[in-house]
Amino acid sequence: MEKAIEVKGLRKSFKDVEVLKGVDFEVTRGEIFALLGSNGAGKSTIVKILCTLLKPDGGTAVVNGNDVASRPGHVRQSISLTGQFAAVDEILTGRENLIMIAKLRHLKNPHQVADDMLKRFGLTEAAHRKPSTYSGGMRRKLDIALSLVGNPQIIFLDEPTTGLDPEARIEVWKIVKALADNGTTILMTTQYLEEAEQLADRIAILHEGRIIANGTLAELKTLLPQAKVEYVEKQPTLEEIFLAIVGNKEAI
Amino acid sequence: METAKNRSFSDMGVMLGRSIRHVFRSMDTIITVCITPIAMMLLFVYVFGGAIDTGTDNYVNYLLPGILLIAIASGISYTAYRLFLDKQRGIIERFHTMPIARSAVLWGHVLTSLVSNALSVFIIILVALLMGFRSSAGILSWLAVAGILMLFTLALTWIAAIAGLSAKSVEGASAFSYPLIFLPFISSAFVPTESMPLVVRVFAENQPVTPIVSAIRALLASQPVSNNIWIALAWCLGILIVAYIFAIRAYKRTSSA
Ligand SMILES: Nc1ncnc2c1ncn2[C@@H]1O[C@H](COP(=O)(O)OP(=O)(O)OP(=O)(O)O)[C@@H](O)[C@H]1O
Ligand SMILES: [Mg+2]
Repeated sequence: MEKAIEVKGLRKSFKDVEVLKGVDFEVTRGEIFALLGSNGAGKSTIVKILCTLLKPDGGTAVVNGNDVASRPGHVRQSISLTGQFAAVDEILTGRENLIMIAKLRHLKNPHQVADDMLKRFGLTEAAHRKPSTYSGGMRRKLDIALSLVGNPQIIFLDEPTTGLDPEARIEVWKIVKALADNGTTILMTTQYLEEAEQLADRIAILHEGRIIANGTLAELKTLLPQAKVEYVEKQPTLEEIFLAIVGNKEAI
Repeated sequence: METAKNRSFSDMGVMLGRSIRHVFRSMDTIITVCITPIAMMLLFVYVFGGAIDTGTDNYVNYLLPGILLIAIASGISYTAYRLFLDKQRGIIERFHTMPIARSAVLWGHVLTSLVSNALSVFIIILVALLMGFRSSAGILSWLAVAGILMLFTLALTWIAAIAGLSAKSVEGASAFSYPLIFLPFISSAFVPTESMPLVVRVFAENQPVTPIVSAIRALLASQPVSNNIWIALAWCLGILIVAYIFAIRAYKRTSSA
Protein backbone atom coordinates (compact mmCIF):
# COMPACT_ATOMS: atom_id res chain seq x y z
CA MET A 1 0.00 0.00 0.00
CA GLU A 2 1.66 3.14 -1.27
CA LYS A 3 -0.81 5.65 0.05
CA ALA A 4 -1.29 6.28 3.75
CA ILE A 5 -4.26 8.57 3.20
CA GLU A 6 -6.59 8.90 0.23
CA VAL A 7 -9.30 11.53 0.20
CA LYS A 8 -11.78 11.77 -2.69
CA GLY A 9 -14.60 14.24 -3.14
CA LEU A 10 -14.90 14.79 0.59
CA ARG A 11 -17.87 16.94 1.57
CA LYS A 12 -19.05 18.21 4.93
CA SER A 13 -21.60 20.82 5.96
CA PHE A 14 -22.56 22.17 9.35
CA LYS A 15 -26.23 23.10 9.26
CA ASP A 16 -26.43 25.14 6.07
CA VAL A 17 -22.76 26.10 5.92
CA GLU A 18 -20.90 24.03 3.36
CA VAL A 19 -17.37 23.77 4.70
CA LEU A 20 -15.88 21.07 2.47
CA LYS A 21 -17.14 21.06 -1.11
CA GLY A 22 -15.24 18.15 -2.57
CA VAL A 23 -11.74 17.79 -1.20
CA ASP A 24 -9.24 15.52 -2.95
CA PHE A 25 -5.71 14.67 -1.91
CA GLU A 26 -3.40 11.79 -1.18
CA VAL A 27 -0.63 11.37 1.33
CA THR A 28 2.21 8.98 0.54
CA ARG A 29 3.55 6.72 3.24
CA GLY A 30 6.35 8.30 5.25
CA GLU A 31 5.93 11.86 4.03
CA ILE A 32 5.10 15.06 5.84
CA PHE A 33 2.01 16.54 4.30
CA ALA A 34 1.00 20.07 5.22
CA LEU A 35 -2.52 21.37 4.87
CA LEU A 36 -2.59 25.13 4.61
CA GLY A 37 -5.59 27.38 4.90
CA SER A 38 -6.92 30.48 6.54
CA ASN A 39 -9.06 30.53 9.70
CA GLY A 40 -12.26 28.62 9.13
CA ALA A 41 -11.08 27.04 5.89
CA GLY A 42 -11.95 23.60 7.21
CA LYS A 43 -8.53 22.19 8.13
CA SER A 44 -9.65 20.88 11.52
CA THR A 45 -12.81 19.50 9.93
CA ILE A 46 -10.70 17.39 7.54
CA VAL A 47 -8.49 16.21 10.38
CA LYS A 48 -11.49 15.25 12.50
CA ILE A 49 -13.04 13.27 9.66
CA LEU A 50 -9.77 11.43 9.05
CA CYS A 51 -9.49 10.67 12.78
CA THR A 52 -13.03 9.22 12.88
CA LEU A 53 -14.37 12.01 15.09
CA LEU A 54 -16.73 13.38 12.44
CA LYS A 55 -18.69 11.60 9.75
CA PRO A 56 -18.33 12.96 6.21
CA ASP A 57 -21.48 13.92 4.28
CA GLY A 58 -20.09 12.68 1.01
CA GLY A 59 -16.99 11.39 -0.72
CA THR A 60 -14.54 8.90 0.72
CA ALA A 61 -11.59 9.03 3.03
CA VAL A 62 -9.32 6.03 3.36
CA VAL A 63 -6.67 5.89 6.07
CA ASN A 64 -4.13 3.08 6.02
CA GLY A 65 -6.38 1.14 3.64
CA ASN A 66 -9.49 1.48 5.80
CA ASP A 67 -12.49 3.63 5.04
CA VAL A 68 -13.07 6.05 7.90
CA ALA A 69 -16.84 5.81 7.66
CA SER A 70 -17.22 2.05 7.43
CA ARG A 71 -14.20 0.82 9.40
CA PRO A 72 -13.45 3.48 12.02
CA GLY A 73 -12.21 0.86 14.48
CA HIS A 74 -9.51 -0.27 12.06
CA VAL A 75 -8.52 3.31 11.30
CA ARG A 76 -8.01 3.98 15.00
CA GLN A 77 -5.48 1.13 15.17
CA SER A 78 -3.01 3.04 13.05
CA ILE A 79 -3.54 6.72 13.86
CA SER A 80 -3.01 9.25 16.55
CA LEU A 81 -4.25 12.81 16.88
CA THR A 82 -2.76 15.89 18.42
CA GLY A 83 -5.71 18.22 18.16
CA GLN A 84 -5.71 21.97 17.75
CA PHE A 85 -6.22 22.42 21.50
CA ALA A 86 -4.05 20.46 23.91
CA ALA A 87 -5.88 17.36 25.13
CA VAL A 88 -4.08 16.44 28.33
CA ASP A 89 -5.55 15.42 31.65
CA GLU A 90 -5.18 18.44 33.93
CA ILE A 91 -5.40 16.55 37.21
CA LEU A 92 -2.99 13.72 36.49
CA THR A 93 0.74 14.49 36.42
CA GLY A 94 2.65 14.47 33.12
CA ARG A 95 3.97 11.00 33.85
CA GLU A 96 0.57 9.66 34.87
CA ASN A 97 -0.88 11.04 31.64
CA LEU A 98 1.67 9.06 29.64
CA ILE A 99 1.18 5.90 31.70
CA MET A 100 -2.57 6.13 31.19
CA ILE A 101 -2.24 6.32 27.42
CA ALA A 102 0.35 3.52 27.41
CA LYS A 103 -2.08 1.31 29.35
CA LEU A 104 -4.92 2.17 26.99
CA ARG A 105 -2.66 1.13 24.12
CA HIS A 106 -2.00 -2.13 25.99
CA LEU A 107 1.77 -1.71 25.91
CA LYS A 108 3.94 -4.13 27.86
CA ASN A 109 5.72 -1.75 30.20
CA PRO A 110 3.73 1.48 30.61
CA HIS A 111 6.01 2.99 33.26
CA GLN A 112 9.12 2.46 31.16
CA VAL A 113 7.37 3.86 28.09
CA ALA A 114 6.37 6.95 30.07
CA ASP A 115 9.87 7.55 31.42
CA ASP A 116 11.44 7.14 27.97
CA MET A 117 8.97 9.57 26.49
CA LEU A 118 9.58 12.14 29.24
CA LYS A 119 13.30 11.91 28.58
CA ARG A 120 12.88 12.19 24.82
CA PHE A 121 10.82 15.37 25.23
CA GLY A 122 12.93 16.91 27.99
CA LEU A 123 10.07 16.74 30.45
CA THR A 124 11.72 14.56 33.09
CA GLU A 125 11.97 17.47 35.52
CA ALA A 126 8.26 18.15 35.17
CA ALA A 127 7.21 14.50 35.29
CA HIS A 128 5.50 14.72 38.64
CA ARG A 129 3.77 18.04 38.16
CA LYS A 130 0.30 18.67 36.80
CA PRO A 131 0.12 20.11 33.27
CA SER A 132 -1.65 23.15 34.71
CA THR A 133 1.78 24.23 36.02
CA TYR A 134 3.44 23.77 32.60
CA SER A 135 4.30 26.49 30.10
CA GLY A 136 2.48 26.50 26.77
CA GLY A 137 5.43 24.83 25.06
CA MET A 138 5.72 22.10 27.70
CA ARG A 139 2.00 21.37 27.46
CA ARG A 140 2.22 21.05 23.73
CA LYS A 141 5.21 18.75 24.04
CA LEU A 142 3.34 16.56 26.51
CA ASP A 143 0.35 16.60 24.18
CA ILE A 144 2.49 15.43 21.27
CA ALA A 145 4.27 12.89 23.48
CA LEU A 146 0.87 11.39 24.41
CA SER A 147 0.13 11.00 20.71
CA LEU A 148 3.41 9.19 20.06
CA VAL A 149 2.94 6.54 22.74
CA GLY A 150 2.71 3.19 21.00
CA ASN A 151 4.36 4.46 17.78
CA PRO A 152 1.28 4.91 15.59
CA GLN A 153 1.99 4.78 11.85
CA ILE A 154 0.07 7.90 10.93
CA ILE A 155 0.06 11.05 13.01
CA PHE A 156 -2.24 14.02 12.68
CA LEU A 157 -1.03 17.33 14.05
CA ASP A 158 -3.60 20.11 13.95
CA GLU A 159 -1.73 23.43 14.22
CA PRO A 160 0.95 21.95 16.45
CA THR A 161 2.85 25.20 16.94
CA THR A 162 0.10 27.80 17.20
CA GLY A 163 0.74 29.97 20.23
CA LEU A 164 4.30 28.75 20.78
CA ASP A 165 7.33 31.02 20.90
CA PRO A 166 9.95 30.60 18.14
CA GLU A 167 12.18 28.45 20.31
CA ALA A 168 9.43 26.01 21.25
CA ARG A 169 8.28 26.02 17.64
CA ILE A 170 11.69 24.93 16.43
CA GLU A 171 11.72 22.19 19.05
CA VAL A 172 8.40 20.87 17.76
CA TRP A 173 9.75 21.02 14.20
CA LYS A 174 12.69 18.86 15.24
CA ILE A 175 10.34 16.31 16.77
CA VAL A 176 8.24 16.19 13.61
CA LYS A 177 11.31 15.80 11.39
CA ALA A 178 12.67 12.99 13.56
CA LEU A 179 9.33 11.19 13.34
CA ALA A 180 9.28 11.41 9.56
CA ASP A 181 12.88 10.16 9.41
CA ASN A 182 11.67 7.07 11.24
CA GLY A 183 9.03 6.42 8.60
CA THR A 184 5.97 7.86 10.31
CA THR A 185 3.44 9.50 8.02
CA ILE A 186 2.49 12.96 9.19
CA LEU A 187 -0.44 15.11 8.19
CA MET A 188 -0.22 18.53 9.76
CA THR A 189 -2.22 21.68 9.41
CA THR A 190 -0.79 25.09 9.87
CA GLN A 191 -1.39 28.74 9.25
CA TYR A 192 2.32 29.47 9.25
CA LEU A 193 3.51 29.28 5.71
CA GLU A 194 7.07 29.20 6.87
CA GLU A 195 6.31 26.08 8.87
CA ALA A 196 5.04 24.26 5.81
CA GLU A 197 8.02 25.48 3.87
CA GLN A 198 10.43 24.18 6.51
CA LEU A 199 8.86 20.81 7.19
CA ALA A 200 6.60 19.54 4.48
CA ASP A 201 7.39 17.20 1.63
CA ARG A 202 4.10 18.16 0.04
CA ILE A 203 1.81 21.10 0.61
CA ALA A 204 -1.88 21.44 -0.15
CA ILE A 205 -3.80 24.68 0.05
CA LEU A 206 -7.40 24.49 1.17
CA HIS A 207 -9.50 27.42 0.08
CA GLU A 208 -13.26 27.83 -0.05
CA GLY A 209 -13.93 24.15 0.48
CA ARG A 210 -11.51 22.77 -2.10
CA ILE A 211 -7.82 22.01 -2.51
CA ILE A 212 -6.72 24.69 -4.93
CA ALA A 213 -3.06 23.77 -5.07
CA ASN A 214 -1.12 20.64 -4.17
CA GLY A 215 2.49 19.77 -4.69
CA THR A 216 6.06 20.10 -3.49
CA LEU A 217 7.34 23.53 -2.64
CA ALA A 218 9.20 23.60 -5.96
CA GLU A 219 6.04 22.68 -7.85
CA LEU A 220 4.02 25.34 -6.10
CA LYS A 221 6.64 27.92 -6.98
CA THR A 222 6.07 27.28 -10.66
CA LEU A 223 2.44 28.26 -10.20
CA LEU A 224 3.47 31.86 -9.83
CA PRO A 225 3.05 33.98 -12.92
CA GLN A 226 6.33 33.84 -14.84
CA ALA A 227 6.63 37.60 -15.11
CA LYS A 228 6.62 38.03 -11.39
CA VAL A 229 9.44 35.58 -10.82
CA GLU A 230 11.70 37.62 -13.03
CA TYR A 231 11.20 40.78 -11.04
CA VAL A 232 11.72 39.22 -7.64
CA GLU A 233 15.32 39.04 -6.63
CA LYS A 234 15.12 36.30 -4.03
CA GLN A 235 13.16 33.07 -4.35
CA PRO A 236 9.45 33.72 -3.70
CA THR A 237 8.40 32.68 -0.25
CA LEU A 238 5.51 30.34 0.17
CA GLU A 239 3.58 33.23 1.63
CA GLU A 240 3.75 35.06 -1.67
CA ILE A 241 2.75 31.96 -3.56
CA PHE A 242 -0.18 31.45 -1.24
CA LEU A 243 -1.44 34.96 -1.57
CA ALA A 244 -0.98 34.91 -5.33
CA ILE A 245 -2.93 31.69 -5.77
CA VAL A 246 -5.72 32.68 -3.42
CA GLY A 247 -5.96 36.04 -5.15
CA ASN A 248 -6.14 34.40 -8.61
CA LYS A 249 -8.96 32.10 -7.62
CA GLU A 250 -11.01 34.89 -6.21
CA ALA A 251 -10.62 36.91 -9.39
CA ILE A 252 -12.20 34.15 -11.49
CA MET B 1 -13.91 -12.00 21.00
CA GLU B 2 -12.76 -13.05 24.44
CA THR B 3 -9.63 -10.92 24.25
CA ALA B 4 -11.63 -7.95 22.97
CA LYS B 5 -13.82 -8.27 26.02
CA ASN B 6 -10.83 -8.46 28.35
CA ARG B 7 -9.37 -5.43 26.68
CA SER B 8 -12.48 -3.41 27.11
CA PHE B 9 -12.57 -4.35 30.81
CA SER B 10 -8.97 -3.33 31.19
CA ASP B 11 -9.71 -0.02 29.39
CA MET B 12 -12.58 0.59 31.76
CA GLY B 13 -10.26 -0.12 34.68
CA VAL B 14 -7.81 2.50 33.41
CA MET B 15 -10.64 5.02 33.03
CA LEU B 16 -11.93 4.23 36.49
CA GLY B 17 -8.44 4.67 37.94
CA ARG B 18 -8.15 8.02 36.21
CA SER B 19 -11.41 9.35 37.40
CA ILE B 20 -10.97 8.00 40.96
CA ARG B 21 -7.72 9.97 41.08
CA HIS B 22 -9.68 13.04 40.08
CA VAL B 23 -12.02 12.49 43.02
CA PHE B 24 -9.31 11.89 45.58
CA ARG B 25 -7.26 14.82 44.38
CA SER B 26 -10.17 17.14 44.89
CA MET B 27 -11.37 16.00 48.30
CA ASP B 28 -13.07 19.37 48.60
CA THR B 29 -15.76 18.01 46.30
CA ILE B 30 -16.51 15.16 48.72
CA ILE B 31 -16.49 17.60 51.64
CA THR B 32 -18.81 19.99 49.79
CA VAL B 33 -21.16 17.13 49.05
CA CYS B 34 -21.21 16.05 52.72
CA ILE B 35 -21.44 19.45 54.39
CA THR B 36 -24.90 20.56 53.27
CA PRO B 37 -26.68 17.30 54.19
CA ILE B 38 -24.86 17.18 57.52
CA ALA B 39 -25.77 20.80 58.26
CA MET B 40 -29.38 19.99 57.36
CA MET B 41 -29.34 17.00 59.63
CA LEU B 42 -28.04 19.15 62.52
CA LEU B 43 -30.61 21.83 61.77
CA PHE B 44 -33.56 19.49 61.61
CA VAL B 45 -32.55 17.42 64.61
CA TYR B 46 -31.47 20.18 66.99
CA VAL B 47 -33.54 23.17 65.80
CA PHE B 48 -36.78 21.98 64.20
CA GLY B 49 -36.75 18.46 65.58
CA GLY B 50 -38.57 19.30 68.81
CA ALA B 51 -41.46 20.78 66.87
CA ILE B 52 -41.83 17.94 64.38
CA ASP B 53 -44.01 15.05 65.38
CA THR B 54 -43.07 11.97 63.38
CA GLY B 55 -44.45 9.46 65.82
CA THR B 56 -40.96 8.08 66.50
CA ASP B 57 -38.73 8.72 69.46
CA ASN B 58 -35.53 8.97 67.43
CA TYR B 59 -35.77 11.73 64.84
CA VAL B 60 -32.25 11.06 63.48
CA ASN B 61 -33.40 7.58 62.52
CA TYR B 62 -36.39 9.10 60.78
CA LEU B 63 -34.36 11.72 58.96
CA LEU B 64 -31.28 9.82 57.81
CA PRO B 65 -32.66 8.13 54.65
CA GLY B 66 -33.81 11.45 53.22
CA ILE B 67 -30.50 13.10 54.10
CA LEU B 68 -28.62 10.35 52.25
CA LEU B 69 -30.74 10.90 49.15
CA ILE B 70 -30.02 14.63 49.27
CA ALA B 71 -26.30 13.90 49.51
CA ILE B 72 -26.47 11.62 46.46
CA ALA B 73 -28.55 14.12 44.51
CA SER B 74 -25.92 16.78 45.06
CA GLY B 75 -22.98 14.37 44.64
CA ILE B 76 -23.93 13.39 41.11
CA SER B 77 -23.65 16.99 39.92
CA TYR B 78 -19.86 16.51 40.13
CA THR B 79 -20.16 13.63 37.70
CA ALA B 80 -21.85 16.00 35.27
CA TYR B 81 -19.11 18.54 35.96
CA ARG B 82 -16.28 16.09 35.32
CA LEU B 83 -17.88 14.79 32.13
CA PHE B 84 -18.43 18.33 30.90
CA LEU B 85 -14.77 19.21 31.48
CA ASP B 86 -13.61 16.09 29.64
CA LYS B 87 -15.77 17.03 26.70
CA GLN B 88 -14.73 20.67 26.73
CA ARG B 89 -11.00 20.05 27.13
CA GLY B 90 -10.89 17.67 24.22
CA ILE B 91 -9.58 14.69 26.17
CA ILE B 92 -12.67 12.74 25.11
CA GLU B 93 -11.63 13.38 21.52
CA ARG B 94 -8.21 11.94 22.25
CA PHE B 95 -9.79 8.81 23.74
CA HIS B 96 -12.18 8.52 20.81
CA THR B 97 -9.38 8.46 18.26
CA MET B 98 -7.74 5.59 20.13
CA PRO B 99 -8.57 1.92 19.62
CA ILE B 100 -10.45 1.56 22.88
CA ALA B 101 -14.07 0.78 23.67
CA ARG B 102 -16.05 4.00 23.44
CA SER B 103 -18.18 3.03 26.40
CA ALA B 104 -15.07 2.75 28.60
CA VAL B 105 -14.85 6.53 29.02
CA LEU B 106 -18.45 6.89 30.08
CA TRP B 107 -18.46 3.86 32.37
CA GLY B 108 -15.30 5.12 34.05
CA HIS B 109 -17.25 8.19 35.13
CA VAL B 110 -20.30 6.19 36.15
CA LEU B 111 -18.32 3.81 38.34
CA THR B 112 -16.49 6.75 39.88
CA SER B 113 -19.83 8.30 40.74
CA LEU B 114 -20.76 5.11 42.60
CA VAL B 115 -17.50 5.11 44.54
CA SER B 116 -17.51 8.79 45.48
CA ASN B 117 -21.18 8.78 46.50
CA ALA B 118 -20.63 5.64 48.58
CA LEU B 119 -17.86 7.53 50.33
CA SER B 120 -20.05 10.51 51.18
CA VAL B 121 -22.90 8.25 52.31
CA PHE B 122 -20.46 6.46 54.59
CA ILE B 123 -19.22 9.75 56.09
CA ILE B 124 -22.77 10.98 56.69
CA ILE B 125 -23.77 7.73 58.37
CA LEU B 126 -20.78 8.10 60.72
CA VAL B 127 -21.90 11.61 61.66
CA ALA B 128 -25.47 10.35 62.14
CA LEU B 129 -24.16 7.68 64.52
CA LEU B 130 -22.54 10.43 66.59
CA MET B 131 -25.87 12.23 66.64
CA GLY B 132 -27.68 9.24 68.02
CA PHE B 133 -28.65 7.24 64.94
CA ARG B 134 -29.15 3.60 65.88
CA SER B 135 -30.20 0.66 63.77
CA SER B 136 -31.19 -2.84 64.68
CA ALA B 137 -30.85 -3.99 61.09
CA GLY B 138 -28.94 -7.16 60.30
CA ILE B 139 -26.39 -7.61 57.54
CA LEU B 140 -29.00 -8.56 54.93
CA SER B 141 -31.05 -5.45 55.58
CA TRP B 142 -27.93 -3.31 55.36
CA LEU B 143 -27.06 -4.97 52.05
CA ALA B 144 -30.55 -4.21 50.81
CA VAL B 145 -30.14 -0.56 51.85
CA ALA B 146 -26.77 -0.42 50.06
CA GLY B 147 -28.40 -1.94 46.98
CA ILE B 148 -31.24 0.60 46.90
CA LEU B 149 -28.81 3.50 47.40
CA MET B 150 -26.57 2.18 44.62
CA LEU B 151 -29.46 1.85 42.24
CA PHE B 152 -30.62 5.36 43.14
CA THR B 153 -27.07 6.68 42.57
CA LEU B 154 -26.88 4.92 39.20
CA ALA B 155 -30.23 6.32 38.09
CA LEU B 156 -29.25 9.88 39.01
CA THR B 157 -25.75 9.41 37.59
CA TRP B 158 -27.20 8.70 34.16
CA ILE B 159 -29.30 11.85 34.45
CA ALA B 160 -26.06 13.67 35.35
CA ALA B 161 -24.42 12.15 32.28
CA ILE B 162 -27.10 13.64 30.04
CA ALA B 163 -26.54 17.04 31.65
CA GLY B 164 -22.76 16.86 31.50
CA LEU B 165 -22.68 15.74 27.88
CA SER B 166 -25.21 18.22 26.53
CA ALA B 167 -24.42 21.27 28.68
CA LYS B 168 -22.98 24.37 27.05
CA SER B 169 -21.46 25.76 30.26
CA VAL B 170 -20.14 24.55 33.60
CA GLU B 171 -23.11 26.14 35.36
CA GLY B 172 -25.51 24.34 33.05
CA ALA B 173 -23.78 21.05 33.75
CA SER B 174 -24.47 21.21 37.48
CA ALA B 175 -27.65 23.31 37.72
CA PHE B 176 -29.90 20.37 36.87
CA SER B 177 -29.30 18.80 40.27
CA TYR B 178 -31.10 21.57 42.22
CA PRO B 179 -34.61 20.25 41.56
CA LEU B 180 -33.39 16.77 42.45
CA ILE B 181 -32.09 18.05 45.78
CA PHE B 182 -35.50 19.58 46.49
CA LEU B 183 -37.52 16.44 45.86
CA PRO B 184 -36.85 15.00 49.34
CA PHE B 185 -38.36 18.12 50.95
CA ILE B 186 -41.71 17.40 49.36
CA SER B 187 -41.74 13.81 50.51
CA SER B 188 -41.94 11.87 53.71
CA ALA B 189 -38.21 12.42 54.27
CA PHE B 190 -38.59 15.11 56.96
CA VAL B 191 -42.20 15.03 58.08
CA PRO B 192 -44.99 12.48 57.63
CA THR B 193 -47.08 13.25 54.54
CA GLU B 194 -50.30 13.18 56.59
CA SER B 195 -49.53 16.69 57.82
CA MET B 196 -49.46 18.16 54.28
CA PRO B 197 -52.28 19.90 52.38
CA LEU B 198 -54.03 17.57 49.94
CA VAL B 199 -52.36 18.60 46.67
CA VAL B 200 -48.87 18.57 48.14
CA ARG B 201 -49.63 15.31 49.84
CA VAL B 202 -50.73 13.62 46.63
CA PHE B 203 -47.50 14.73 44.98
CA ALA B 204 -45.39 13.72 47.98
CA GLU B 205 -46.88 10.26 48.18
CA ASN B 206 -46.52 9.56 44.49
CA GLN B 207 -43.01 10.74 43.77
CA PRO B 208 -40.01 8.40 43.89
CA VAL B 209 -38.38 9.74 47.06
CA THR B 210 -41.19 8.75 49.43
CA PRO B 211 -41.20 4.98 48.71
CA ILE B 212 -37.38 4.93 48.64
CA VAL B 213 -37.17 6.72 51.98
CA SER B 214 -39.87 4.51 53.49
CA ALA B 215 -38.20 1.34 52.30
CA ILE B 216 -34.80 2.33 53.68
CA ARG B 217 -36.35 3.51 56.94
CA ALA B 218 -38.19 0.21 57.37
CA LEU B 219 -35.09 -1.83 56.55
CA LEU B 220 -32.98 0.09 59.06
CA ALA B 221 -35.62 -0.30 61.75
CA SER B 222 -36.03 -4.04 61.05
CA GLN B 223 -39.68 -3.48 60.20
CA PRO B 224 -41.61 -5.09 57.34
CA VAL B 225 -40.86 -3.14 54.16
CA SER B 226 -44.30 -3.66 52.59
CA ASN B 227 -44.82 -2.74 48.95
CA ASN B 228 -42.57 0.27 49.24
CA ILE B 229 -39.43 -1.58 48.34
CA TRP B 230 -40.89 -2.76 45.04
CA ILE B 231 -42.22 0.69 44.19
CA ALA B 232 -38.81 2.12 45.11
CA LEU B 233 -36.99 -0.37 42.92
CA ALA B 234 -39.39 0.21 40.04
CA TRP B 235 -38.82 3.97 40.21
CA CYS B 236 -35.04 3.60 40.31
CA LEU B 237 -34.93 1.10 37.47
CA GLY B 238 -37.39 3.10 35.38
CA ILE B 239 -35.41 6.33 35.76
CA LEU B 240 -32.18 4.46 35.18
CA ILE B 241 -33.30 2.93 31.90
CA VAL B 242 -34.80 6.11 30.46
CA ALA B 243 -31.84 8.26 31.53
CA TYR B 244 -29.39 5.66 30.20
CA ILE B 245 -30.99 5.73 26.77
CA PHE B 246 -30.86 9.52 26.57
CA ALA B 247 -27.32 9.65 27.97
CA ILE B 248 -26.03 7.21 25.36
CA ARG B 249 -27.72 9.31 22.70
CA ALA B 250 -26.08 12.47 24.02
CA TYR B 251 -22.77 10.62 24.18
CA LYS B 252 -23.01 9.56 20.55
CA ARG B 253 -23.66 13.17 19.63
CA THR B 254 -20.40 14.33 21.25
CA SER B 255 -18.62 12.62 18.37
CA SER B 256 -20.88 11.64 15.57
CA ALA B 257 -18.86 8.67 14.31
N1 LIG C 1 -19.30 21.54 15.16
C1 LIG C 1 -19.49 22.57 14.32
N2 LIG C 1 -20.72 23.12 14.18
C2 LIG C 1 -20.93 24.16 13.34
N3 LIG C 1 -19.97 24.72 12.60
C3 LIG C 1 -18.73 24.22 12.68
C4 LIG C 1 -18.41 23.13 13.55
N4 LIG C 1 -17.11 22.85 13.43
C5 LIG C 1 -16.62 23.73 12.53
N5 LIG C 1 -17.59 24.56 12.07
C6 LIG C 1 -17.41 25.61 11.06
O1 LIG C 1 -16.74 25.06 9.96
C7 LIG C 1 -15.81 25.96 9.43
C8 LIG C 1 -14.44 25.30 9.36
O2 LIG C 1 -13.98 25.06 10.67
P1 LIG C 1 -12.57 24.39 10.96
O3 LIG C 1 -12.41 24.35 12.43
O4 LIG C 1 -12.45 23.11 10.23
O5 LIG C 1 -11.58 25.46 10.34
P2 LIG C 1 -10.01 25.54 10.46
O6 LIG C 1 -9.49 25.61 9.08
O7 LIG C 1 -9.48 24.47 11.32
O8 LIG C 1 -9.83 26.96 11.14
P3 LIG C 1 -8.77 27.45 12.23
O9 LIG C 1 -7.56 27.84 11.47
O10 LIG C 1 -9.42 28.63 12.84
O11 LIG C 1 -8.53 26.35 13.18
C9 LIG C 1 -15.86 27.19 10.32
O12 LIG C 1 -16.65 28.15 9.66
C10 LIG C 1 -16.52 26.72 11.56
O13 LIG C 1 -17.29 27.76 12.12
MG1 LIG D 1 -8.58 24.38 13.12
